[in-house]
Amino acid sequence: MAEVRLQNVTKTFGATVALSDLSMTVPDGSFVVLLGPTGAGKTTMLRMVSGLDRPNRGEVFIGGQSVQTLTPAQRNVAMVFQQYSLYPHLTVRENMEFPLKSPLLRTPRAEITRKVAEVAEILQISHKLDNKATALSGGEMQRVSIGRALVRNPSVYLMDEPLSSLDAKLRADLRVELKNIQANLGATFLYVTHDQIEAMTMATHVGVLDQGRLVQFGTPREIYEQPVSIYAAGRLGQPHINILPADLFGPAPAGAAKIGLRPEQIEQGAGHDSLVKRVERLGDQTRLHLSFRNHDITTVTDAHTALRSGDIVKIQPHRPFYFDATGARIV
Amino acid sequence: MSSYSITEPSVRQKWIAGILVVGYAILTLIPLIWIIATGFKTPSDAIAYPPKVLFSPSLEGYVNLFTSRTRLAPEDLAALGEPTTWYDRIVRGYDMVITGPSRYGERFMNSVVIGFGSTFLSVFLGTIAAYAFSRFKVPLKDDLLFFILSTRMMPPIAVAIPIFLMYRELGLNDTQLGMILLYTAVNLSLSVWLLKGFIDEIPVEYEEAALIDGYTRFQAFYKVVLPQAATGIASTAIFCLIFAWNEYAFAALLTSGTAQTAPPFIPTIIGAGGKDWPAVAAGATLFLVPIMVFTILLRKHLLRGITFGAVRK
Repeated sequence: MAEVRLQNVTKTFGATVALSDLSMTVPDGSFVVLLGPTGAGKTTMLRMVSGLDRPNRGEVFIGGQSVQTLTPAQRNVAMVFQQYSLYPHLTVRENMEFPLKSPLLRTPRAEITRKVAEVAEILQISHKLDNKATALSGGEMQRVSIGRALVRNPSVYLMDEPLSSLDAKLRADLRVELKNIQANLGATFLYVTHDQIEAMTMATHVGVLDQGRLVQFGTPREIYEQPVSIYAAGRLGQPHINILPADLFGPAPAGAAKIGLRPEQIEQGAGHDSLVKRVERLGDQTRLHLSFRNHDITTVTDAHTALRSGDIVKIQPHRPFYFDATGARIV
Repeated sequence: MSSYSITEPSVRQKWIAGILVVGYAILTLIPLIWIIATGFKTPSDAIAYPPKVLFSPSLEGYVNLFTSRTRLAPEDLAALGEPTTWYDRIVRGYDMVITGPSRYGERFMNSVVIGFGSTFLSVFLGTIAAYAFSRFKVPLKDDLLFFILSTRMMPPIAVAIPIFLMYRELGLNDTQLGMILLYTAVNLSLSVWLLKGFIDEIPVEYEEAALIDGYTRFQAFYKVVLPQAATGIASTAIFCLIFAWNEYAFAALLTSGTAQTAPPFIPTIIGAGGKDWPAVAAGATLFLVPIMVFTILLRKHLLRGITFGAVRK
């Protein structure tokens, strides 16, 4: 396991800038989640670390060593591809054995068998080991692809939305398993996801990417509770943060253009009247879609609320975020 | 009202399709059957008019194909005593004796060495060239590919004279190596283009996964790309072999002695009297066997689509 550091990395594909002077450190033994919309540079970042692509400028360090001149094999990284990329001519077992049999590792036969059986057990694919890789469902392929990474003990695990094709139950199981592996082995993870629960529960650090730049890096709580901008605030939060004119609820700090309210920053039962337009009962929580002075607001209320559409509920901001005209946070 | 399915043909349509397929099969098989049958006729049956469909089979053609014979005077024949083997007996019926094996075996082996040798080289070079064109930034890639294709734009025989002169200078005339190089050169453009198409279809993600899994690029090519290109390699090999196996013009021009292949040799079997058609037919029949076996062996690769499904598009 090792620390991974990107230093002033720039990568362009033709006219497209995928990464722009990006610097970031993935501490040894940490679980870093990358957040950002499609095209923000998350996958490119994984490919820079893996060595599949090389930066136009800047440098990548693994364990303090520059890996500029090293091939992907020499970097000793494991990667879970978004497209699975299982070897179609091999069985599930052969797919998972493949990295262990490489000239890099040359694992003894008994060790290979033990390791593959152990990982297959964790991923619940033991019964599929002798299937052809092509004779699997999407979720099974994704698990085999994770398995191919987990059989190894690399300097860093790179995972590109590894749980995206799994059903909710399996996803929850594997979330716990991956987190256990990371905690037990002290493994370093660089992990791309769109899933807020994965980000909040697994990450020790979250990096928010915007058009190839790192706009915020911190613990999940920091990103959630102290976002640096509207963009960063929008990466986390279910339901999405409400962004409204700064003076909607009354006087705002100087320079503020927008007020940002997460559901827990909206106090109910005091303040101004708003109209309940729709009540969504999700089971563990209930969402309220409110109309307030011609603005839509989404918030959360008690799961067993008696509120119905057409009712009036009083709301007021509670320690809200204020952002300036560029979207940067000021309070 | 009856319901129609667009996927399931009606009984009538099946009959029409069946008749067309069977008719076409018969049409293409008749010459083949004729050749095979002629190989088992006697020379007089072979040239009988009207043609004999029913005949008593004879191995004369095959005996004549594999032996050289000479005619003896009746008193010399009598001095030899009774023939000891079945093939002696056949030959003796024409007042002849076997003096030794014919050259068919050597010519056949020349065909095997040259045909398979050039096929191996074409496919080997074609695969690595196609891989490079498919995966790497090759300078002037499109121009090079067009140049490679352009070598097929004229009939190869158009350059027969220059090649003949060149080969004579280089000492490649009438050598197996010379013929292997020549057929490889002719087949290479086909092989590069065909294989590039197949390799383009193999997603690059597999190799990337192998690179991450600790393999070098060559190992990734060997362990991941090659098995998946097997279908393409097999069909390319069949095309290359068929060309090299059947090629007549260059073989007739450039080989006469040691390296002569079977195609220019077979017509010479017909003999001085010009009537030994069964031996010619026997030579042609045996000549068909290797390519049929090769095609049947590779058939499962031709039918197998193995690259589907393991990469999410």
